Amino acid sequence: MSADIYKKVRANPRFAELEHKRSRFAMLLTAMVLVTYYALMMIVAFAPDVLRVPISGGSTLTVGVPVGAFIIIGSWLLTGWYVSRSNGEFDELQNEIIEEAYK
Amino acid sequence: MTGLRHALLCVLFLVAGGAVVAADAVGVAQKQPVNMTAIAMFLVFVVATMGITYWAASRTKSTSDFYTAGGGITGFQNGLAIAGDYMSAATLLGLSAMTFAKGLDGFIFAIGFFVGWPVILFLMAERLRNLGKFTFADIASYRLEQSTIRTFAAFGSLTVVCFYLIVQMVGAGQLIKLLFGLDYSTAVILVGVLMVIYVTFGGMIATTWVQIIKACLMLFGGTVLLIMSLSHFGFSLETMAQKAVEAHADGIAIMGPGSLLADPVTAVSLSLGLVFGTAGLPHIMMRFFTVPNAKEARKSVFVASGCIGYFFLVVCTLGLAAIVIVGTNPEYYEGGNLAGKLIGGGNMPVMHLSKAVGGNLFLGFMSAVAFATILAVVSGLALAGASAIAHDIYARVIRKGTATDVEEMRVTRIATIALGVVAVLLGIMFEKQNVAFLVGLTFGIAASTNFPVLILSMYWRGLTTRGALLGGLIGLVSAVSFVVLSNAVWVVVLGNPKAIFPYEQPALFSMPLAFFFTWLFSVTDKSARAKTDKAGFDDQYVRSQTGIGAASASAH
Repeated sequence: MSADIYKKVRANPRFAELEHKRSRFAMLLTAMVLVTYYALMMIVAFAPDVLRVPISGGSTLTVGVPVGAFIIIGSWLLTGWYVSRSNGEFDELQNEIIEEAYK
Repeated sequence: MTGLRHALLCVLFLVAGGAVVAADAVGVAQKQPVNMTAIAMFLVFVVATMGITYWAASRTKSTSDFYTAGGGITGFQNGLAIAGDYMSAATLLGLSAMTFAKGLDGFIFAIGFFVGWPVILFLMAERLRNLGKFTFADIASYRLEQSTIRTFAAFGSLTVVCFYLIVQMVGAGQLIKLLFGLDYSTAVILVGVLMVIYVTFGGMIATTWVQIIKACLMLFGGTVLLIMSLSHFGFSLETMAQKAVEAHADGIAIMGPGSLLADPVTAVSLSLGLVFGTAGLPHIMMRFFTVPNAKEARKSVFVASGCIGYFFLVVCTLGLAAIVIVGTNPEYYEGGNLAGKLIGGGNMPVMHLSKAVGGNLFLGFMSAVAFATILAVVSGLALAGASAIAHDIYARVIRKGTATDVEEMRVTRIATIALGVVAVLLGIMFEKQNVAFLVGLTFGIAASTNFPVLILSMYWRGLTTRGALLGGLIGLVSAVSFVVLSNAVWVVVLGNPKAIFPYEQPALFSMPLAFFFTWLFSVTDKSARAKTDKAGFDDQYVRSQTGIGAASASAH
């Protein structure tokens, strides 16, 4: 039963389009998170002074604090972006493909 | 170097949940006077969760209810439960302790624990949901040879579960001895008994709700503590930082990267192990099967990573606050010596902070939350272990799918009780042992055995039964060997003078080995089975993407 449906889905060119879009999006976001994180680790390893700069003249808080907070909050916002686009745009397209397959 | 090692061990423990205290050189946790406030609050938690278990028991009728709460958990609830799994007592204690001791370094480590979650969402969440039914072995064996891969995956799950349970039990015993003033063995037996009750009667429904309640308590407690601490500094982070720099022996150095991160190879290796080890933990993967569809699975990671990220930011700020409030108060140091040891060990700053800003009542509350956390984590582990035994080994491999729901349920319950007994016995046996190496081992095995099989089966058409089995075995053997040859076992346990493997974390080395050999043994596999394995990919791919044919939520 499912096997027929799977075949129909695969045959639908819009399935390829969906997959292309969705996996590219997922890979892009993964790269954004990992590149930022490993860039931070490289800075820590090779240019730690960058993170020791005060955020403004005379302040005790250093750049490291907002940068760290930015990575946590920023990558969380990316998960939000992924969820809203996947649960919206991609799921709509996907539901259409599924409906066509069951016709 | 020992300082770094010690710190890294703490880090590992904090991810492992409950066990931080044990990292402080084993068995040194001093028994404290019986803390009645903490015990009373904990009893309230136990009574409430027993009520939930009673309710859940009436709704746990089928294996699907038992393993996955019938797939009826919403994305938001599951998000809280995942966050509960990740925000362990140890995260609270360990991360704040690191910021307390090392400043910004602690914060940078926290980021390393966090970034795994977005990656799990982007790469795995929806596929896990669409392909899985009850266990991760369902996914690994989807298109590969059932009994071989299922047995192997179940074995991988059980190994991880058992090692992790030992770590949790030993950590629980030490922590409870310290916070509640109970005997070590009393604490371990108590944890074991409660765990068995939650799981055998309430299954996944009870386990999830215990986890949700605990996550809310933890977020609430952390936030209250943060507000009370910030009020000491006129709600200014800058003032807090200034005072912390004045109070800390390292002065301004705490506001920049320091000694903890001096060895980037170790740090990167650790973070790799954490990210992919987390993605290979059976009790974490199991959470994705409790939601009705991929949409909810995605939502749950969004909620979970929001809570976890927020909690980490809070906890690191608490560590900074503790530098001033706890670090300058001789009352919290052994013999009143500020240069000496903190009472209760290096992981106690946040507990002392609770007492300093919130009094004994609040300290009691935070201790109860810590205990609740351990219970929630061990329950998840027991459930994951029981499902590997009953669903994978008994129902699928031994009975080849002919077992009835009733028979399978009976085996799950027996398996849970057996796991409870084993956990208590191992916990007591390992009381005086140094279990630090088990954490590295657990994450190493999860990252190099479970994870490669899982991710390759989802993404790579060319994966064959032979490749998955041999590659996974090599991952397993290399992870175990690297840990045995590392300082934690080779020197500390076996008493050799010098470690052969220079790092604590095997993942950076054992993972590539696992991937390479999985690839090698797959591409050279010309058997008929290999053809079937590859032919199955297309259908699996459509299902993983669209959820057509996925195990769905039951009627209620």
